[in-house]
Amino acid sequence: MTDFLLELRSEEIPARMQAGARAELEKLFRAQMSAAGLDAGDVAVWSTPRRLALIAKDLPDATAAVSEELKGPRTSAPPQALEGFLRKTGLTQDQLEDRDGIWFAVIDKPGRATADVLAEAIPAIVRSFAWPKSMRWGKQSASSESLRWVRPLSGIVAIFGEELIPCEVGGISAGFATRGHRFHCPGEITIGSAADYADKLRACHVIVDHEERQTIIRDGAAKAAADAGLTLVEDEGLVIENAGLTEWPVPLLGRFDEAFLEVPPEVIQLTARVNQKYFVVNGAGGKLANGFVCTANIDAVDGGAEIVAGNRKVLAARLSDARFFWEQDQKKTLAEHAGKLANITFHEKLGTVADKVERVAKLARWLVEEGIVTPSCVPAQAGTQGGDAPASADERSGPPPSRGNTEVTREELADQAERAARLAKADLVTEMVGEFPELQGLMGGYYARAEGLPDAVANAIRDHYKPVGQGDDVPTAPVTVAVALADKLDTLRSFFAIDEKPTGSKDPFALRRAALGVIRILTGNGLRFAVAEGDLLDFFADRLKVQQREAGVRHDLIDAVFALGGEDDLVRLLARVKALQAFMATEDGTNLLAGYKRAANILKQAGEVSGAAAATPPTEADAALLAALDAAEPAASAAVADERFTDAMAALASLRAPIDAFFEGVMVNDPDEAVRAWRLGLLARFTGAVHGVADFSKIEG
Amino acid sequence: MADAAEKKLLSFQDMILTLHAYWAARGCAILQPYDMRVGAGTFHPATTLRSLGPEPWNVAYVQPSRRPTDGRYGENPNRLQHYYQYQVILKPSPADLQEQYLGSLAAIGIDPLLHDIRFVEDDWESPTLGAWGLGWEVWCDGMEVTQFTYFQQMGGYDCKPVAGELTYGLERLAMYIQNVDNVYDLRFSDAVGDVAAVSYGDVFLENERQFSKWNFEVADTDTLFAGFKAAEAECQRAIAANVPLAAYDQAIEASHLFNLLQARGVISVQERANYMARVRDLAKGSCKAWIDSQSERWTANYPGWTL
Repeated sequence: MTDFLLELRSEEIPARMQAGARAELEKLFRAQMSAAGLDAGDVAVWSTPRRLALIAKDLPDATAAVSEELKGPRTSAPPQALEGFLRKTGLTQDQLEDRDGIWFAVIDKPGRATADVLAEAIPAIVRSFAWPKSMRWGKQSASSESLRWVRPLSGIVAIFGEELIPCEVGGISAGFATRGHRFHCPGEITIGSAADYADKLRACHVIVDHEERQTIIRDGAAKAAADAGLTLVEDEGLVIENAGLTEWPVPLLGRFDEAFLEVPPEVIQLTARVNQKYFVVNGAGGKLANGFVCTANIDAVDGGAEIVAGNRKVLAARLSDARFFWEQDQKKTLAEHAGKLANITFHEKLGTVADKVERVAKLARWLVEEGIVTPSCVPAQAGTQGGDAPASADERSGPPPSRGNTEVTREELADQAERAARLAKADLVTEMVGEFPELQGLMGGYYARAEGLPDAVANAIRDHYKPVGQGDDVPTAPVTVAVALADKLDTLRSFFAIDEKPTGSKDPFALRRAALGVIRILTGNGLRFAVAEGDLLDFFADRLKVQQREAGVRHDLIDAVFALGGEDDLVRLLARVKALQAFMATEDGTNLLAGYKRAANILKQAGEVSGAAAATPPTEADAALLAALDAAEPAASAAVADERFTDAMAALASLRAPIDAFFEGVMVNDPDEAVRAWRLGLLARFTGAVHGVADFSKIEG
Repeated sequence: MADAAEKKLLSFQDMILTLHAYWAARGCAILQPYDMRVGAGTFHPATTLRSLGPEPWNVAYVQPSRRPTDGRYGENPNRLQHYYQYQVILKPSPADLQEQYLGSLAAIGIDPLLHDIRFVEDDWESPTLGAWGLGWEVWCDGMEVTQFTYFQQMGGYDCKPVAGELTYGLERLAMYIQNVDNVYDLRFSDAVGDVAAVSYGDVFLENERQFSKWNFEVADTDTLFAGFKAAEAECQRAIAANVPLAAYDQAIEASHLFNLLQARGVISVQERANYMARVRDLAKGSCKAWIDSQSERWTANYPGWTL
């Protein structure tokens, strides 16, 4: 058993690709080993910006010898068959065994030295390595067939035990030599084996284990902040990214001019993170402080003073830009900014963003005027509640909105919703959002507040893109709900109107996300109205199934309710589905389903019923089912009409005993045509009654 | 450049001279700027056209670059509508390109054990040139000082072999080396005897004021539109006449006129893509014509080479 070390050294690998590259290296290595019949066992994979490394522990020294048996033709077969078999096996006739009149070839394959397997595997791994983007380089790139790698591949170390695995790929031969840190230790270093690899690199200012570098950054950044009496704002993404940019990470704390803190904290954090990959820090009271932590890649000779000074300068330039945008944007009102939306195409067939804003404003007003979104926004009750519990607080900053203090009238709410909708997209043409598109909405909210717009309007502008992702809050403030819903509904209706629907993995206008947002807003707030029709309603049904699956709701039950047709109120639909799901979990439910399926089968096989039905119930069991139906049918339909879906299920449950007794007591296909016709008629009525609540044919089980 | 302190504070022009000497010593022909208005050093035919084909090509040059929309009337300490790029092209890309580049930073006074130098992913793409490459932006203490790219395609054609391109932002580097916060405070040249030092602002501040005004407010848009059309037509005529270098000049002209029209704010979002596609067609057409005019010699001198 021997350890194997592979290092693939290259020019700087993008930080974001390193995790994928580690997984790819391990996957390809394991595949190569298993194809050769070797168990790769314990494999460790590491990455730095300049190298990918793999250590496989305790590989066998050779593959196992195998003996393969091939069955040939009968000894009595014509000579051509035997000749063919000899050609195929490469043997002569005297090497074959005659077993009960059948030729057998026994081929012994000796084990291969693992070193030989590795020498073939390494070039194969390099050649088939899948990078998100790869390139050609150097002299050899005069040919299109030259090796591709993420950046120029510069060296290979391949050592099995203490032996070099001789191999070559793309003009690079494996050797014992690698390089240490680019600046601290630029010369070649010689690796002896897998055992000394990490230590030798460490001695040359390279920490090859990415997780160790992450820990150094995570802990070091926190300590640098704590030493200055500050708290690091944790950011695991930044930890990983900085670990992918350094071989010898050294977190350093710097300060920036306090005057920049007048810029919104989100802007400062984004500038620092996105442009510079710095952490930010909080001061006392959890408010953003004028500090940052950058991660250097060297132990600087001056302890990092010059590095911090340089980084501070770059950040200052960035923050000056941000402050310039912040001030510049506020020289105009949002309404003035919104004027420019007429110059931006939303979609060539759907006009400008200004056109969209106009539609959204009207729709937001309509949602209020129709009483769908109400000033109290107390969810209208519809049986059971939908999937999303409304977020308890919608406000993150600023004084509390008017909601809860003095309730606005419907007319006031309609005005606010329309006003917020007209301003909601204005920040798209501000300098700040031009620079940081991810701040859309948020900046609009800041600017609205700064110009003195009501909080409800400012909050609606800020939050109207919500909910954005799975875990994002669902808006509950009435103005926000109206604008957020109108914006998404308009997007869906507009793109469906021009037949730009998502297909397969293609959803360029993020319509699935918009539909999910609508569903969550509707169900989270219990909003009741006909949300869509036709294709778009079907699209909602699909999205609803996906969304509800995660909440544990069975998709077949959603189908069973949608299949009834005419349901365009998603809140009511879900209430019905949930009552149905509860019912299907009971014994009555499963038995009724079994009875239903039996009835439906019989009806299907019966086809057209010929002959007149008997005038009266032929037996007592017939009479009992008839009586039960007479009672349950009107009870179920009345309950459905009143949206008392649990009651509707109870009415169906009352049919379970009579239908079971019916199937036990009578034979539907009675020789007497009149009796048969009567019973088929009764079963049709039974399935019809069930369909009044849900289409049970769609239910699985 | 005698002692270390002086070396660290190279004037703007000494920095250029140092880079010239450095790259000349590594076999580069030191070219002069192209005599047309361009947005970046990449537009110089010594990069665009010469990165095509199998012939080795090692050059370095300064290229004045114009980005009309970046004008700030001389009031922003970092942004200019006219600035300088230092461009190095090494074809094929040498195996030690990174080391050669780091050597150039050391030559202008950047100590890599005092300053944090990093290669941060930044893939380059020029839609108007139909070109792309992979590489990095090089950071020095968090500031981007160079674009480092391995060209993969130019004018829609594979680069065979690949050229390495280094584009230094000279003003940024100089501000860093001289430790000044405002570009106009850069020392352009040093005092010599009775002759006073010249600042970057002495040379360019008034230019920034006037050109910002012209770019944003004055330039006659009808003339610009007409110029664009004329350049487009002339480019196609030159392609047809098999003079691709002349055609490419017109592609450059069209590209710059498009940039000016954008600064004047008269190109709508919808039209923008359309104009860019037209410029790309001119650039690609010029590249193709250049390849057509050269490929006989290329294939004769480099057996086995194919497009």
